[in-house]
Amino acid sequence: MFVPLLVLRNAFRHKLRTTLTIVGIVVAIVAFGMLRTIIDAWYAGANASSSARLVTRSSVSLVFPLPLNYAQKIRQVDGVANVAWANWFGGIYVNERNFFAQFAIRAPEYLEMYPEFVLSDDERHAFLMDRTGAIAGRKLAQKYGWKVGDQIPLRGTIYPGTWTFNLRGIYDGAEEGTDTSTFFFHFDFLNESIKKHLGGRGDQAGLFIEQLRRPEDAAAVSQAIDTMFHNSLAETLTETEKAFQLGFVAMSEAILLAIQAVSFVVIVIIMAVMANTMAMTARERYAEYATMKALGFSNGFVALLIFAESLGIALFGGLLGVALTFPAAEAFAKTVGSILPAFKVSPQTMAMQMGAALVIGVVAAAIPAWRASRVRIVEGLRAIA
Amino acid sequence: MIVEVAAAGVAVDRSGVDPPLVAIRNLSKYYIRGDQVIPVLVDIDLDVNAGDFVALMGPSGSGKSTLLNLIAGIDKPSSGEISIAGVDITQLSDADLALWRSTNVGFIFQFYNLMPVLTAYANVELPLQLTSLGRRERRERVETALALVGLTDRATHRPNELSGGQQQRVAIARALITDPTLIVADEPTGDLDRATAEEILGLLERLNRELGKTIVMVTHDPKAAEKAHRLIHLEKGVLVH
Repeated sequence: MFVPLLVLRNAFRHKLRTTLTIVGIVVAIVAFGMLRTIIDAWYAGANASSSARLVTRSSVSLVFPLPLNYAQKIRQVDGVANVAWANWFGGIYVNERNFFAQFAIRAPEYLEMYPEFVLSDDERHAFLMDRTGAIAGRKLAQKYGWKVGDQIPLRGTIYPGTWTFNLRGIYDGAEEGTDTSTFFFHFDFLNESIKKHLGGRGDQAGLFIEQLRRPEDAAAVSQAIDTMFHNSLAETLTETEKAFQLGFVAMSEAILLAIQAVSFVVIVIIMAVMANTMAMTARERYAEYATMKALGFSNGFVALLIFAESLGIALFGGLLGVALTFPAAEAFAKTVGSILPAFKVSPQTMAMQMGAALVIGVVAAAIPAWRASRVRIVEGLRAIA
Repeated sequence: MIVEVAAAGVAVDRSGVDPPLVAIRNLSKYYIRGDQVIPVLVDIDLDVNAGDFVALMGPSGSGKSTLLNLIAGIDKPSSGEISIAGVDITQLSDADLALWRSTNVGFIFQFYNLMPVLTAYANVELPLQLTSLGRRERRERVETALALVGLTDRATHRPNELSGGQQQRVAIARALITDPTLIVADEPTGDLDRATAEEILGLLERLNRELGKTIVMVTHDPKAAEKAHRLIHLEKGVLVH
């Protein structure tokens, strides 16, 4: 008990200094955790995507739609079990600040292909039977206080006019990382309205989603689909759902790199602050370390005292930082919920936070411990005079 | 030759006695600064018998503290031998020297050098942390040492809650706790007023007289030196007559 007691008492000898150091570590660890979680959330879509699904889009750009009759041809490709299609809607709910993803989908096939969106049988039936019906994820519904039966008006930006949908169901995620902040409604409703009001823009889909019979056929099936539409007016690009999602992530790669860099810079800064604190602490105690060495304690014991104190402070700050990351992440998720729908602190992030705290503690103590263990007893004793 | 003054009229008989506890031969210590060699101690020969109470005196810079540090094994000589209870400590490695100090030397410093975060009890117990003694035996020893220096009722106090004299008494208890062969005291009364200094010197006298402890003390204070059995004068690193 002697060593822990001595370390603890030494650590809180300058209460203000130690408290401020711990606060600094907590802030750094929370910031590190939040930045890592932002990066994770950015990749969440790609990580949650299935390896048994392909996405086909225009080879020129996602903004160019594909003819709807491609669906029948794609369905005939060997290895394709099912085909659905979807269009990005891009509507505004009440005002521009209320951003969330909205898709017009070929509902029966789409819901079959996405078992991770969990809907009760009654709600599924009600949605499929209502041409103007819609479903929303639990997080989205909670954010706007929607309940089943509500009418949801969306002002179209790509497709003009106000579109009103009957909320027929609220889906949950099968897994923790499943995005539950998306709004789905019937493609047929959108398509019929387009044909009625915009004529030439009808019977076109933004993208097709294919369910594979065997995930390992992904490359062959992709190639077969793209070959089929080669030299047509609307050539296609087919890729796995993961690659499709990563394509979006790649657009913001520079930002992600910057966030990653900042997350490590935060740790390096607090490491320097902590190293300064430990250097100051050790310098003030040279006479005490010299006395201990005179009494027979080894150089290693003196170094151990400094390492233990530094690690104690850093790990305590780290634990507190990890604990505070959760409420901070929750508050942040509420603010940006629909932009980063899967904003969850992962166990890997927590491990990285504690790892960072450990590194801070070890690095901060290294030089002071080395110096204190090397200080000559006679010189150290002189320090007290 | 060593200047010996028989304090309080006590003559020192050197004939037919045991070998000296501390035997120093041809001891030199010098520092090198650039091209300059600065001698601190030059060719010292000195014996201290077991049970002696020796005062090292001399002007500032005479090398008395350096000599004390060398005897205590916290500094290394440039040449020569220091044999204590038959062990040539100049030949010991740093680790062995630390181990040797922990069992053979009790330290008393001018500024007490107590651990400010530990109680008087824990400060006295500190050297025992290096031993294999059990908690009960440690407690018995600490209580005995604190009783000896009259601080039983201050066991739970931290150094900043004690007067200078009390702190020095805690330091003396700490110096005694391992029952060392030798006690070295560097200006033990240098930071105390006259009355408190007398108390501390009285305590050191008791340790020497009643417990038979060998004490080597550095002091500037002639009154403190009077308590010793022998006075040893140093000037410019040389023992003087």
